[in-house]
Amino acid sequence: MSANDIVKRADFIFKNENDWEEVLTKNLARTPNELINELISSELKGRGGAGFPTGLKWKLTSELKSDEKYVICNADEGEPGTFKDREILSRVPFKVLTAIALCGYVIGAKQGFIYLRGEYFFLQQELKKAISEFEFFCKEIKFDFKINIFMGSGAYICGEETALFESMEGKRGEPRNKPPYPTAYGYLGQPTVINNVETLAHTFTIFKYGAKRFYDLGVQFSRGTKLFSISGDTPKPGIYELELGMSLSDFVDDFGDDDTKAVQVGGASGFLVPRKKFSATSIGFEGKLVGISLPTGGSMMLFNSSRSMFNVLDNYLNFFAEESCGQCTPCRVGCQQLLKGIKAVKRGEKPASYLDKLLGLAETMQYTAKCGLGQSVANSFTSIVENFREEMIY
Amino acid sequence: MKPITELVKDLADKHGRDRRNLLPILQGVVEQEKYLSEYSMFEIARELDLPVTEVYGTATFYSFLECKKMGKYIIRVCKTITCSMKGERQILLAIQDMLKIKIGETTQDGKFTLLETNCLGFCHKAPAMLINNEVYTELTPEKIREILSSYLHDKIIGGEHVS
Repeated sequence: MSANDIVKRADFIFKNENDWEEVLTKNLARTPNELINELISSELKGRGGAGFPTGLKWKLTSELKSDEKYVICNADEGEPGTFKDREILSRVPFKVLTAIALCGYVIGAKQGFIYLRGEYFFLQQELKKAISEFEFFCKEIKFDFKINIFMGSGAYICGEETALFESMEGKRGEPRNKPPYPTAYGYLGQPTVINNVETLAHTFTIFKYGAKRFYDLGVQFSRGTKLFSISGDTPKPGIYELELGMSLSDFVDDFGDDDTKAVQVGGASGFLVPRKKFSATSIGFEGKLVGISLPTGGSMMLFNSSRSMFNVLDNYLNFFAEESCGQCTPCRVGCQQLLKGIKAVKRGEKPASYLDKLLGLAETMQYTAKCGLGQSVANSFTSIVENFREEMIY
Repeated sequence: MKPITELVKDLADKHGRDRRNLLPILQGVVEQEKYLSEYSMFEIARELDLPVTEVYGTATFYSFLECKKMGKYIIRVCKTITCSMKGERQILLAIQDMLKIKIGETTQDGKFTLLETNCLGFCHKAPAMLINNEVYTELTPEKIREILSSYLHDKIIGGEHVS
């Protein structure tokens, strides 16, 4: 930690630990219930961004009776501004593999998958090597478990869990209606635990050091540490492990370039926070008592005063319009209309008041879109248009 | 290069003939051919006993499964927010200037196709691009010339694998 670090760093995920064999063997000797309770008391929440309690997810799946169950590690890291999962898989693959196997043990699955995005094809070879070493060890200790890699092919929406199952089943990556949830009806219709890469890496820490070590970090409702992918106008872009619950103003003091105008928390599907709201915003899951808490899959993009917020929004909307799977009308038509709409206002073809109609459309999408993609377009759209209205018009 | 029929059969033998093996098979064909022709989709449908519309429907959903003829090297320049802020335009100009093609086009000799793509996950090292499966980051117009020259002579400079 250097002297000008304002936000405290942590080092669990990337810490070099060569004892995965021991962690695996020790924890396989415990009962599934003990492991579930360890996770529940750590209060670990999903690190992909949605924040579902991990222990509960494992518990729900373990309680169902089925001959086939699956564990899936979601490595379809596609949210703009997120790049931590690749780093985990390339630097500490055995932590993730151990966690996948332990999850398999807990829920009663014999098979795990890593759904790796097509853009990370170059990771495949190293990862396969790690998997064969891992499976060799499993065989030695007579633990029957297999892990396969499934490659994606360039579709953001496949990071949505049910779209990911569809993709693995050889179909278009179109999200399913929920419920039923993956815990009961996942890959091939079987009970499935699907976790983000980082979530699994945290379970390794928890199983190794115990829940307390994790729980003691962070704040109420947002326990533990989180990897942050920091990019944009910052002198030190990169991946940092930080405690949850920090205030955004501390974050900007640490990572900003003294001219930070706004921070996008949670990628294109997250929220844009303008400078005047930095001190009232903290980073973590909802439920903290003071100020606004913003959840994030770890994407933090900083913008300084040289950036046009119109261009930023235009870029996001292009992204969503392209990545929308096109299945449901609110998202398919909505993304394109929002994009057309802000351009028309900018060119003066529509009056400024048209922005209010677009805000209404974004709200409609939030309520009526089938999955998280369409629902979350309103997050960035509303937070940018409301805070930088003049930049949208002039 | 294997003839398509043989390639599809080999891929089906390797991955299986269930619907859930469709994506790896499509990917296998793209790996060799760079794209999925109508003919190869028919062959896959026949081999897996699926309606050809289902194969087409799946193939056209994924942006890395191209359905029109591509060059030997497919360049995909990231256009998402951070790369766009950090000079994606200059990178595109440098490529277009050197290869004399626009976005979506393939060079006359069939060597390069230029495309844009969404977030590659190298925002901290923007701007970034992929050439086939290789990633190149922190690009500058000078670096572009160097990288593309290496491909022109088929002596490929390796990209960045771990950040």
